[in-house]
Amino acid sequence: MTKTQGIKAKHQRLVLLVVALVALIGAGLLAAWALRSQASYFYLPSEIVAAAPTPGQAVRLGGMVESGSIKPQTDGVTIEFMVVDGAGRIPVRFTGILPALFVEGQGVVADGHMLADGVFVAENVLAKHDENYMPRDLASIDRDELRRQLETSLE
Amino acid sequence: MIAELGLVALWLAAALAGLQFLGGWLGARSDNAELAALVRPAAVLQAGLCAFSFACLVYLFVVTDLSVALVANNSHSMKPMIFKIAGAWSNHEGSMLLWVSVMAVAGGLIALVERRLPESTMLATLAAQAFVGLGFYAFMLISSNPFARLLQPPADGNGLNPLLQDVAAAYHPTTLYVGYVGLSVAFSFAVGALLTRQVTPEFARVMRPWVLGAWIFLTVGITAGSYWAYYELGWGGWWFWDPVENASLMPWLAATALLHSASVLAARDALRAWTIMLGVVAFSMSMIGTFLVRSGILTSVHAFAVDPERGSFILILLALYIGGALVVFAMRASTVSEGERFSPMSREGALVVNNVALSAILAIVLLGTLYPLLTEAFGVRVSVGPPYFNPVSAIFFLPMLLVMAVGPLLNWRKDQFARVRLPVIVISVAGIGVLLGAWLLSDMGLLPLLGLALSIAVGVGSFLPMRGRSLRRLPLPVWGMCIAHFGIAVGVFGMAADSAFQQERLVAVAVGGETSVGPWRARLNAVEPIAGPNWTAMQADMEVSHDGGAWRTANPQQRNFWQPPQETSEVALITRWNGQLYVAVGTETEDGRWQLRLWWKPFVTWIWYGGLLIALGGALALVGRVSVDLRRRSAARQIAARKAEVTA
Repeated sequence: MTKTQGIKAKHQRLVLLVVALVALIGAGLLAAWALRSQASYFYLPSEIVAAAPTPGQAVRLGGMVESGSIKPQTDGVTIEFMVVDGAGRIPVRFTGILPALFVEGQGVVADGHMLADGVFVAENVLAKHDENYMPRDLASIDRDELRRQLETSLE
Repeated sequence: MIAELGLVALWLAAALAGLQFLGGWLGARSDNAELAALVRPAAVLQAGLCAFSFACLVYLFVVTDLSVALVANNSHSMKPMIFKIAGAWSNHEGSMLLWVSVMAVAGGLIALVERRLPESTMLATLAAQAFVGLGFYAFMLISSNPFARLLQPPADGNGLNPLLQDVAAAYHPTTLYVGYVGLSVAFSFAVGALLTRQVTPEFARVMRPWVLGAWIFLTVGITAGSYWAYYELGWGGWWFWDPVENASLMPWLAATALLHSASVLAARDALRAWTIMLGVVAFSMSMIGTFLVRSGILTSVHAFAVDPERGSFILILLALYIGGALVVFAMRASTVSEGERFSPMSREGALVVNNVALSAILAIVLLGTLYPLLTEAFGVRVSVGPPYFNPVSAIFFLPMLLVMAVGPLLNWRKDQFARVRLPVIVISVAGIGVLLGAWLLSDMGLLPLLGLALSIAVGVGSFLPMRGRSLRRLPLPVWGMCIAHFGIAVGVFGMAADSAFQQERLVAVAVGGETSVGPWRARLNAVEPIAGPNWTAMQADMEVSHDGGAWRTANPQQRNFWQPPQETSEVALITRWNGQLYVAVGTETEDGRWQLRLWWKPFVTWIWYGGLLIALGGALALVGRVSVDLRRRSAARQIAARKAEVTA
């Protein structure tokens, strides 16, 4: 005879409920902890200038590609450019195939991390595709804030 | 004329849904036989009208009737026919019409064929189905009429987002929607069974084939979507933990859990309340997914509506249905009596582990998907990606695989370890052997290593339930289970092998130059402009050779669509049984070289083969269940006929 045969159906239901709750709460706590440490925060160049994220930490950088700043490197697949937002200016290095609509003076969002020397190494670059489809982070920034900031800084 | 016909059919269908709801509700409550008799015909007629309305919309897209706003905004006369047809549902209004059509057809089918449950439960179920449908009819007719006309038709249409101009656009949304919305049946059955206090094994047996059907479509839809993103985006990845991908994964996780708990309820009359809860959760996840994807709260290729009114409308519907179902559950859960007992060491015990693990993964995916939306409400923008999802979900996924390898071997109710000792040893030896071998011979990461070992263990374990049984007499659902579990093993093997062994080469090559990746050599012969029906492209003319073998051509392109203007990357894929070569071409450098990105991805195709095997397993189980039901029906008919003969 196993132990469970002595357990009443009601108790078994309670045990199952507790098991399910413990697992779900555990998953929730684990998720909450992991989200705080693994979520990649969105920065504008000026925010990085003000308080730089720890080198190596995954962050997402958004801003405008500064006109005249795109410098292709000799290997043919690496480029360096500046991302600006009026108050800040961050050098970015990216190795890979750029989205077709990556152009100077347009918005860009890059996933990557900072190096200790202040260069942002991008692993992935998203450019504004068209009016209907663009990275969410750019959707609002492009239109209001950034454009205005950029214009005031150019005056 | 056709547009007006479609609209009239839609209004009539909505009215019939109203009748179905009232009739079902009153009929289930008060034995009003006259009203109750109307419910099934109303459901069937509603399904027909809704399907007709959808056919009207497809026709309008086929003939490119530009006086209809939706066609003018989303189609173009120059578009190839297949994309004209697919264009009918590749937009907000059309996709909502597809949504209600699937829902109505599912309701109509239940009304037509399902006669095993007590009639009051069926009435309540059909009423619930109609109630959910009504909200979406209202949504369409009030805020997103697909048939709205333009006073002044434009000379030509706006075209369709080029990313959507792919054969996959024809079947990926349709299969996913059939899966998504098919789960509404599970929701309605759960609510119907709760309301009429009929949470029985028979209820689980009736619900199971419907869930299975929706789940098969969902599986195929997710698999196809993953492959589509893989070759269309040109990033070499097959799963990005993008919110829209998560939106399809969450209902799948819930439906998978539901299938397993329903089999416990059907076979052993246990896990009653839990099964009901999963039925509610599964469709809730479909609706949350629809809200996330279609409301415009996430900007992506999937978000058609950027209209806040529509977003809030879906949100209100969501709150109403999920909240309502949870209230019913809270009120009635205590009346669902306890199920049969079982020992932890039993088939039920293993299935409880499966359910708990799937629910935990669901919670993790849901939290990770909603977290950026929550923080944004507080002005903090974050993105959550693989560094969160991969390890955190693996904490529950890997142990689940372990239990999955052994669980199907256990007996229902109570089992002894001694009985399964031999198979457990076989599975463990296979898994641990691979684990040690891979650990010693390669420098794989922890997750791919564990994934690889467990996939072998599950692969071996998945066919052990067939051991010692006659394969010819083995019931189809058992075949289905073995093949689906084997599909999981194949898929996980592909994922682990791809992430551990893939090799990448990013390089600028001059025309006539050569490069290599893994065992492959690649030559760039030329880059030339070519033109398609609605695009032009720069096409790289390349030859590739695997391990010194014959040269094969590969033609990756950078495509420029002109209506609407957009560029896409068309990758070249060279498939072998043990993996794929993936080639994308970039832009020309200042000194005239071309950017090339090549990946050798060992066993990557096994990910999608696995998905298809899972769906095949589901299909076999479905055929098995339905044919048993059909046989039982014909036997019942014969008995009835014999009885009639005898009494006559």
